[in-house]
Amino acid sequence: MGSYALAATNVDFMIHGLFQYELFGQKLWITTTHVSTLIVMLILLIFGIVVKTKVSKVKPGDNPKGLVSACEIIVEKLDDMVLNSMGEKQYRKFANYIGTIFGFILLSNISGLLGLRPPTADYGVTFPMAIITFCLIHYNHFKYQKVKGVIADLCDPWPIWAPINIISDFAVPVSLSLRLFANVLSGTAIMALIYALLSKVAIIWPAALHFYFDLFSGAIQTYVFCMLTMTYITNAIGEEN
Amino acid sequence: MNQVTGVELIKACSAIGAGLAVIAGIGPGVGQGIAAGYAASAVGRNPGAQGAIRSTMLLGQAVAETTGLYGLLIAILLLFVQPLAR
Repeated sequence: MGSYALAATNVDFMIHGLFQYELFGQKLWITTTHVSTLIVMLILLIFGIVVKTKVSKVKPGDNPKGLVSACEIIVEKLDDMVLNSMGEKQYRKFANYIGTIFGFILLSNISGLLGLRPPTADYGVTFPMAIITFCLIHYNHFKYQKVKGVIADLCDPWPIWAPINIISDFAVPVSLSLRLFANVLSGTAIMALIYALLSKVAIIWPAALHFYFDLFSGAIQTYVFCMLTMTYITNAIGEEN
Repeated sequence: MNQVTGVELIKACSAIGAGLAVIAGIGPGVGQGIAAGYAASAVGRNPGAQGAIRSTMLLGQAVAETTGLYGLLIAILLLFVQPLAR
């Protein structure tokens, strides 16, 4: 038995429960995901507060320097990204939300570099974000197309296609969340395999793999999640609006 | 030769199944390569639109990647969660 389970015993990239508590008769766990999510949120919060105090000190007409100017570039890039894919009319409403999830997902994916288990490598983190996207899609669909337009979209080529259209509507959040989850999880799993099975020779070169799996793949997946969210919402809003 | 118990057989077969599931990576590999090739030729024809081409290519490649990731998920489930050996 022992030799069969060689890989499974050393390799450790699973979610661990830290302590258990009971709520309404249910046994619940505080896991490593909670801890790393809290750390990511704390970093974002401190960053936000520091930038807020710096920005409020800058007088109008001054040339922004250092952190303030870097943040201006970040905000401009995010606004441009939303503007290019959502159009002039809608981007003000969604720039805040897209910027928020961009920051959260990016920092979550990168947090593998800080020695944390990335929160996005837990399906319980990515699925709620995809559900928010799902709700936004259908809220805006009903808001801009009204019930008539929604029914017309449902029976797109012919009314007999309605069940298939409904299934494809529900496949959107599943594929959106599984894509992010599986990408981050694959990176985490490969790094754990390298550290566990090649522990004698894994000295400096895993840094390059960290660069690829955490930084590059994480940034791409963040971009893709935000772009797909915006594309779906723009589709739901419709061309003429 | 020692007797192989049922659970051990299931675990061994899970490992083979995980290996087979990762073959799903062929499809996305080919698809992403085709997308990258067409993006390269598009940049060759119209170098001004490089930014738009790059973002479109990345988006399409990420969507094409999903099927391969489903195979990967099945492999990870078979290897580490081992739902069949319980």
